[in-house]
Amino acid sequence: MTASAVPALKMQRRSLYPGWFYAPAAVVYSVLFLAPTFASLYFSLTRWTLFDATFIGLDNFAQFFREPFLIQGLVNTVIYAVITSGLKVVIGMMLAVMLTSQIMARGYLRSVIFFPVLVSTIGVGMTFTVLMHPTLGMINQTLAMIGIQGPGWLVDPKLALFSVALVDVWKGVGLATVIYIAGLVAIPKDYYEAARIDGATKLQNFFYVTLPLSRPATATVITLSFIGGLRTFDLIWAMTKGGPGFASDTVASVIYKQYQAGFYGLSTAGNVVLFILIAVLVVPLTMFLNRKQGHE
Amino acid sequence: MTKTKLFALTGASLLGLMMTANAVNAQQSGYLSFLIDNGPQSVAVAEAWVAAYTAKNPDVTIDIEVRPGGGEGDNIVKTRLATGAMADVFFYNSGSLFQAINPVQNLLPVTNEPWQAGIQDSFKSVVSAGGEVYGTPFAPAMGGGIFYNKPIYEELGLEIPKTWDEFMANNEKIKAAGKTAVIQTYGETWTSQLFVLADFYNVLTEVPDFAEKFTAGEAKFATTPAAVRGFEKLQEVYEAGFLNADFGAATYPDGIRMVATGEGAHYPMLTFGIGAIAETVPDHLQDVGFFAQPGDDAATNGLTTWMPDSVYIAKTTAAPDLAKDFVGFIGSPEGCDIRNEAVGATGPYMIAGCELPADVPPAVADMLPYFQEGGHNGPALEFLSPIKGPALEQITVEVGSGIRQAADGAALYDEDVRKQAQQLGLAGW
Repeated sequence: MTASAVPALKMQRRSLYPGWFYAPAAVVYSVLFLAPTFASLYFSLTRWTLFDATFIGLDNFAQFFREPFLIQGLVNTVIYAVITSGLKVVIGMMLAVMLTSQIMARGYLRSVIFFPVLVSTIGVGMTFTVLMHPTLGMINQTLAMIGIQGPGWLVDPKLALFSVALVDVWKGVGLATVIYIAGLVAIPKDYYEAARIDGATKLQNFFYVTLPLSRPATATVITLSFIGGLRTFDLIWAMTKGGPGFASDTVASVIYKQYQAGFYGLSTAGNVVLFILIAVLVVPLTMFLNRKQGHE
Repeated sequence: MTKTKLFALTGASLLGLMMTANAVNAQQSGYLSFLIDNGPQSVAVAEAWVAAYTAKNPDVTIDIEVRPGGGEGDNIVKTRLATGAMADVFFYNSGSLFQAINPVQNLLPVTNEPWQAGIQDSFKSVVSAGGEVYGTPFAPAMGGGIFYNKPIYEELGLEIPKTWDEFMANNEKIKAAGKTAVIQTYGETWTSQLFVLADFYNVLTEVPDFAEKFTAGEAKFATTPAAVRGFEKLQEVYEAGFLNADFGAATYPDGIRMVATGEGAHYPMLTFGIGAIAETVPDHLQDVGFFAQPGDDAATNGLTTWMPDSVYIAKTTAAPDLAKDFVGFIGSPEGCDIRNEAVGATGPYMIAGCELPADVPPAVADMLPYFQEGGHNGPALEFLSPIKGPALEQITVEVGSGIRQAADGAALYDEDVRKQAQQLGLAGW
């Protein structure tokens, strides 16, 4: 009995193709991903000038955590990720509901909403830097016309991070909307029919049918935008370079500045820290979101 | 046996001599790449040099490659050197930044080349490492100080300030007249460092051995009152409300335009800005003057000077002789003349035989006395010490826009400097 079960199991596991078919992919993966990853673990323990590397143990990590604005950078990173992914969920959902209902020029509006996703981040950053100029920018000049003295969007240390986050939402909300549209369209019409027979209002329709049944889409949007927010760099760099001073620094911009200054070992250590940070925050988050999904 | 050897040796050296003679007299041929930064000045000069050189040597092709300036440019230079992909001839800073690109390993020494005889020792000292000279001046020497708008000074009847208090009194009058007294342009963060860096002559008059002690890790900015003064000056102009409304977002070209056209009265900057004024607002070139950043004592008033940037030859070049010939051309009086013609005169040259034209712009004329007999000047810290902290420009933006107090900023800078010293492997850190 047992003896016959074993070969049967083996038969099942045997793949149609020989194992070495995986070899090319494995080589590419090891050379382009595994080797640099392990090399960076080593270099994070050295003082590295690109020309030579001296082993210094964990000093880089100690130094990285002593960076005057690292803690601020960590807090900023999390604030930025929470704001952008939160707003993308809320606004993306609202837009998706609007764009799946019967409205005029629906196809046109869908493409308008999606358009910013297609534009280069650096281009968006530079454009908004001009628009947000404290005295000459179009935003503040428009505000001035109706008698409001606009704030220094990017030069006020209290505002800079939020201004960049808003631009990030403007640029990224199209993608969230598209994911939500796909999620909403997939909800069977029967539920809405049943709700209508029960006499549900539009609001009840949304809160008791649409919202719970679009949870898979919500999980995707949150995960994608949260990871994106944690590693955000290009938009911040294009708009404020972490400034004024260190006010809108995120972990990624702190790392880049170390790299720029020629502290290659230190910046590699920073990347290891960022890697761990993302893993620590995102793995439990996805597990939580997916578990909920399983209950459906 | 010995005879044959001797004969062979003589033959070889004769051949060598003939080849050298060839290299000097005959026209050059071959290909060079020349990497410069993307400033309009640098591009204009490089193009003029290449045009003149290739006119003399029609068989030579020189490609100009352009890279960004600032930290991004540092990165490109370091990465290309480390990967062996550097252009044959390239432009880069002298002083502390030069020390950070590992010259002994990466650059071709030019110590004994003929044109080096005409170059001033003070310049050679900031492009030397391990006993060899690697650089040739790209530009004239510079001063770090304050540009001022002459029409505003005439209109309000102001005198050139010799002390910081006089400077602040002038600012007060300019502000009272409803004008912007001090222009700052933190939209480009590097411009925020001037009040600190250009104050270094004043530091030296009070603490003559600051640079040595600083390099050794014994003197700190935060604990040296004379060194904190630069940060305090930055804070004072902000707190007095002297700055332009958009100081946080304005850029270097804005600052240049504003001081030239009288939108603001003072702009702390390096004198290479004169070239930018000549380029972008030539009609106002005569309206801009220059003075050294004042200290606390009128008797010791003097200028903090910057050595010019330099051209280097990468060790990986395939055409070392041609590269040397071209660099020698740049470092000759002929090279200076071409420069004067292309972008105008911006300061005294470090090359013997290089003359300034008679009609220099007023800001240059204002600078020259500091370099002549009886004038006082001293080099900026980055030419006396290999250490310059990379975060200074962020810290000075903070101090200069009221986010951080001067003393705190100086202390933070000391932290930043420690990292750089460790990276360079200096003793005592």
